[in-house]
Formats: sequence, structure tokens, C-alpha cells
Amino acid sequence: MTAPMTSPQFKDNAHRALGDAQLQKALGNVRHAVIERRAAAAAALPEFEALRDQARDIRDHVLQHLDIYLEEYERKVTAAGGHVHFARTGDEACRIITGIARRRGAKSVTKGKSMVSEEIGLNGALERAGVEVIETDLGEYIIQLRGETPSHIIMPAVHLNQEDVEQEFRKRHTHLDAGRNLEDAETLLAEARGILRQKFLAADMGITGANFLVAETGTSIIVTNEGNGDLTQTLPKVHVVVASIEKIAPTLEDAAAIMRVLARSATGQDMSVYTTLSTGPRRPGDVDGPEEYHVVLVDNGRSAMLGTEFQDMLRCIRCGACMNHCPVYHAVGGHAYGWVYPGPMGAVLTPSLMGVDKGGHLPNASTFCGRCEDACPVRIPLPKLMRHWREREFERHLAPVRVRAGLSLWGFFARRPLLYRLGTSIAMRAMGWLGRKRGHFARVPFAGGWTSYRDFPTPQGGTFQAQWKKREKGRQGISR
Amino acid sequence: MLLFIGSFNLYHTSLPPASTISRMERGAAETYFCPVVRVGNLATVEQDDKDGRITTGNQGQRRPRVALLVTCLVDLMRPSVGFAAVKLLEEAGCDVVVPSQTCCGQPAYNSGNRATARALALQVMDRFSGVDYVVAPSGSCAGMAARHYPELFTHDPNLAVRARAFADKTHELVSFLTDILGVTSVSATFEHTVTYHDSCAGLREMHVKRQPRTLLESVEGLKLVEMKDAEVCCGFGGTFATKYGEISDAIVSEKARNIDSSKADVLLAGDLGCLMNMAGKLSRQGRKMEVRHIAEVLADMTDAPAIAAPEDGSI
Repeated sequence: MTAPMTSPQFKDNAHRALGDAQLQKALGNVRHAVIERRAAAAAALPEFEALRDQARDIRDHVLQHLDIYLEEYERKVTAAGGHVHFARTGDEACRIITGIARRRGAKSVTKGKSMVSEEIGLNGALERAGVEVIETDLGEYIIQLRGETPSHIIMPAVHLNQEDVEQEFRKRHTHLDAGRNLEDAETLLAEARGILRQKFLAADMGITGANFLVAETGTSIIVTNEGNGDLTQTLPKVHVVVASIEKIAPTLEDAAAIMRVLARSATGQDMSVYTTLSTGPRRPGDVDGPEEYHVVLVDNGRSAMLGTEFQDMLRCIRCGACMNHCPVYHAVGGHAYGWVYPGPMGAVLTPSLMGVDKGGHLPNASTFCGRCEDACPVRIPLPKLMRHWREREFERHLAPVRVRAGLSLWGFFARRPLLYRLGTSIAMRAMGWLGRKRGHFARVPFAGGWTSYRDFPTPQGGTFQAQWKKREKGRQGISR
Repeated sequence: MLLFIGSFNLYHTSLPPASTISRMERGAAETYFCPVVRVGNLATVEQDDKDGRITTGNQGQRRPRVALLVTCLVDLMRPSVGFAAVKLLEEAGCDVVVPSQTCCGQPAYNSGNRATARALALQVMDRFSGVDYVVAPSGSCAGMAARHYPELFTHDPNLAVRARAFADKTHELVSFLTDILGVTSVSATFEHTVTYHDSCAGLREMHVKRQPRTLLESVEGLKLVEMKDAEVCCGFGGTFATKYGEISDAIVSEKARNIDSSKADVLLAGDLGCLMNMAGKLSRQGRKMEVRHIAEVLADMTDAPAIAAPEDGSI
């Protein structure tokens, strides 16, 4: 089971997003506030660039020795009294988790924010098994009410405005006074908190993701800003951690090193408000904690990326900086990408996990401006990896026929300079003459993608190389 | 046809053999004769002799030989930018040659067609051999050679070293003038308020940021104002602009708003692709904005109508 996908309809999605005034208003927030906060946090830390190198190196080391660290992690979790489950696919992971719920007779499950649970379609699987699922991250809670998926990996409801949230709360929380004040973020937060508090106390099982799985101690670490993760994992009798296999950090010190770039890159905070470590179930003498502790490690296509040109993508620590800095994300928002992971990281990861035949638009829908790579805390060469997907796509003849034909024709001439110079010289003169009066064309045959939106400037007429040749001949004449 | 072949040979026979390829470093020792351009920290030509020793002796007098990678867009759309680049380079003391050329291969490279990209990269490296530097009036095309040619031949022991060496001698025009030749000011007059867009590849691949501003500040009568988000992409992205025209339009519309709010009357940038995109949008919106390549202003060659502007010069 994986989340439903509309990535093949990316263009239609984008068209809708561009015409959605409410969405466009909400996206305005991403365009500046987060970028400025990240820049300020990076500037305030003289060693920030060195820390990025360190984080990259730690992640690379993990990926090179992933098998060893996963086994070490499993040993440590088991030693602490927990259970580790390896799931090859999303389906397998869902079966394991619904199995635990069934065995424990769980009726209600609280969840901390977890993108991998979105990826494997866990909520749907649990609901089909008759379990109520309650998202406890405020953003996730809001979009769960609306029946939506996250549009950003750390700000799941970033596509919404405050008034959208107010409207949704009034529609859903009908047991509350209709005349209540919900005009600011604080009152909205208080209302959600009041409702979620009861859910926390009633939950039979808590599911969280993990930012890190520490091999040396068997510890899973989550970072949150709301504290919902703590309540999710300490109050119910069962705690299930669902995480993808590459989340390993060899030691606590390594995890701490990466954390120094994580929050700064994500939100511009020095650290997230809560950093929560859990190692196994409640021990004798512990005042709280779950009776059972499970970790479900999801592969779902990742091990196939190891050793390929896409391995660098597995360095990702899910901070969201790439999408925060992406002009395409700013324009269309996260839902247009059509699957769980939006923005530049999604443009690489989605084809990796779902196939480039389905996710092919995503690595193409980039201007290669490079801002994502500049912001990435673990220096993933995102444009380069997107380009690699374009190469795989080209090899498989998946690019549209017209694009391929155009490229071939251009390639033919570009490899034959004499023919190219002759042809372009004539063509540019003709175009220059045709458009000389107005200085631009409002329509150019076969260039509708350009001229539907902007004018095409008129060439000056006569190529540089032809004119240069004349100049050089003239000079030669003089020197003779 | 014979004329083409003749001129092709002309460019090539005038080049020194590959063994005399020399290297320039910053640090003043020699002064080139520069009739117009005022030159600050001047460059020295040093040469590895046969024993690998570096000498500065009489080789120090030689003018650096620069091959102009004019870029396909400038070649086809706006030759005046190429001539402006030549003027700037010659006035800064360079001998400029223009090898016969088509395209650097970037469109193929970014479309996933690695074979064509490699063929074109090889074509460029062959035709541009035997010069001290390769300079392009574009951060994007310079970036293709300087950052991506080595990538194209990573697993080819036959060409990897050559691609690396080629990459190392390739520069974007404005940063070449300032960082390698030590040019600190130009002799040009331009009585306008201008704003400068940082094209992505120039900014992030070739680290072009302060260099154009330094030289623009020396232009007489020119007032530079910064637009909001000057470093944000204009939405061009090569084939992206046509493949995802609607998204590209949303991005360039935002850029047009920022250009408009800057209160500048001229928009400059260092890449013709971006300029055509922005000029095309501003023109479609009917905005009164003169759009030019920065080389035209620095070289004091602003007689040609601006990009997308009518023949009579009115905007």
C-alpha cells in the first residue's frame, strides 16, 4: 500500500494551483519568512558551513555501512526490550503495524507527524482495520480534518490560511459554542489542544516517526515543536516507531551533530523545542512509558538506491529547506507534485520510489536554479540528481515525441558547425527582418509554450559569427 | 562554403601550439596596455617551461589569448553582446579569437541526452584548444564548461583530465575581467537607474555577485538600485520555459513585479536566456523597461535597440 498518486497529472495540478487564490496567498509565507529565518540562523553560526560538511560526511558514512549499523541498532533495541520489524514494502509495514494494533485490541491510535507513514498509507490501513487514527501535530490534525495530505514535509498545512483553519474547526468541532472566538493562532491552538488532550489520554497505541535511529544505543529520536510526540509515545501502552531504513545515526554524538543543522535549515531555530529520545519500553521503576516498544523499519525501494547515482538522496534529513527555497514550489505548492514528497527532494525521491514513468514530470519541472542545493544541510546535489532522472527518462524514450524530435534536430545541426552557421545565419536574418519594427514576436510557430505568456524578442539579424568573420576579413585587409 | 572553411582555418592557424598554454594568476607584475579601461590589480602571465619550472621572464609581456565562447543565444539573437564582450576583453589587454562554434551542449545535457552533450562538449574542447582562457558572456554556458564538462567525462580516463583543464580555464565574462584581469572600472557612460538580476548559474555555479556591481558602479551617470529577490530565479531554466510555460510564467511574473518595484528604468543581467525571458514578459505586460546584457553597458555599446524593443528605439 502506498499513498495515492497524481504526479503524472503534474501539469493539471499545477494549473489548478496557479489559479487557486487562497493557495497563492498561503504560499506567500513560504516565499520569505522561512528563508530569512534560515539565513539568519546560518549566519549566526560561524561553523555552519563546516557543520554541513560534517553532517554530509556522517550521512555518507551511514549509507556506506548501512547493513552493519542496522544490525547493531536491532541488537540494541532488542537488548532494551523492544522489537524490530523489517518491512520490505509499504504493504508489509502496514500489515505489521495493524497486526500489533489488532493483537493489542487497540481502538484508537494517536500519531506524531511521520512522512514515511504517509508514504506507506498507514492511516488508511489502520482505519480499514477498524482503528481510529488521530494525528496530533497541529498541522497534521488540521489536514486530517479536511481529508487532505501534507503539502510540505515539515509544515503539512502550509497551503492553508488562518481563516481556512477557523472555518474547518467551526465545521468539525460542533460540540463547542458556535459564538466562540477563533480569530487568532492562539485560540485555534488552544481549541486543538483541548480536543487532542482527551485523545492522548484515551489512545491505546501511539505511533511516531523518527528523525534518527541511534545504532550505538538503540534509541529513536524525534524533534518536534509542539510536544505532541512526547504525549503520543509516553501515554499509550504501546509505542510503535515507523521509520525508513536510512535514518540511522551511528552514535548519539553523530545525531547531535546533524541536529545542529536540522532545525536551523528547517525553521531557522537553533534547536527544535522538543528533542525526545526513546529507548525500549518502560523499565521496572520508570514512572511512565509504554509497555511495548516496536520499531518498524521500512525499505520500500530505498535499498535499491544504494550504490546507484541516486544514493546521495538517502542523505536527506527531511528539513524541507529545498522546497522552502524552490521557485517552482513557491509557485504551485506541495500538492501539485502529486505524491508524498514535494519540492526538489520529492522530485528526486518520487521517481526513485515510484518509478520515473510515473514521477517523470517532477525532475523535469525544475529550472535548475540551484537554490535547493545551496540550502541543503547535507549538500545533496539535487539538480544533478534530477538531471540523472532526466537521463534515465531519455534512455527509456519516455520524453514526449515532440521534445525528442526537436532535440534530435537541434543536435544534428549543433554537431555540424558549417551547416549550423549557414542555416542560422539565413534564419536569423529572416527573423530579424520580419520582426525588426516591433522588436518582438507575439507568436512564433512551435513555441506556444513561450509566446502564450511572453513576447519573443526579435533577433538583431545576422549571427555574431557571420559578422565577426566580416570584421576579421576587414582587419586582415588593412594589415595587408 | 569555401569562405567558411577559410575563416575556420584562419582562427586556428593563428593559435599557438598547445604546449605553450600558459596560465595567468592574480598579483601584479606586468601592465598591459589598456587604452580605455582603467586597470587596477594587474595580471601576470606565467609559464611552465619544459622542466616544469615557472618563469615570468619575457613571457610576461605576452597578451593573454582568450577564446570567446559567444554562446548560441548571443550568436543568434544578439550579436551586439558578443562585440561588447570582445571590446571589453581587448581593452583589458587580451587577444580575442572566436573559434567556429555552435552550442556548449547544455540543452542536451539538461534534457538527459548525455551522448549529444558529450559530443558537443568534445567539439567545444577541440575547437577551443590552444588558448589561455575561454570566456563566455554567460554564467550559464561558462558554468556548463567549468562545472559540468568534468562531470560528463568523470568515468573516461581518456578525457577526464582534459575536461578538468578546460574547465579550469573557462570563465564568465564579468568575473574574468575583475577577478583574473584585475579590472576595477570601465570607461562608459549610461545615464540611467539600473537594477541587476543575478542569473542562477552565474551566481551559484560561477560565484558572480559583487563583480558586476563593482564595474557598474564605475559607469558614469549610472545609478544602481537593488530589486527585491535579485537572487531568485526568473523562471527561464532553458527548455523549462516552454515545457512548463505556465509555471515559468508565474515565476517571471513575480520577477517582473520586483523589477517594477525597484523603480529602475533599465534591467541588466549577465545571461541572455534570462534576459529574453524577462524582457519578453515585461514587453507582453506593456511595461516601459529597457532590458540589456550588462556587457553592452560596460562596453559603452548601448546604441542597439534594447532586447524586445522596437527598431526605432522607443520602448
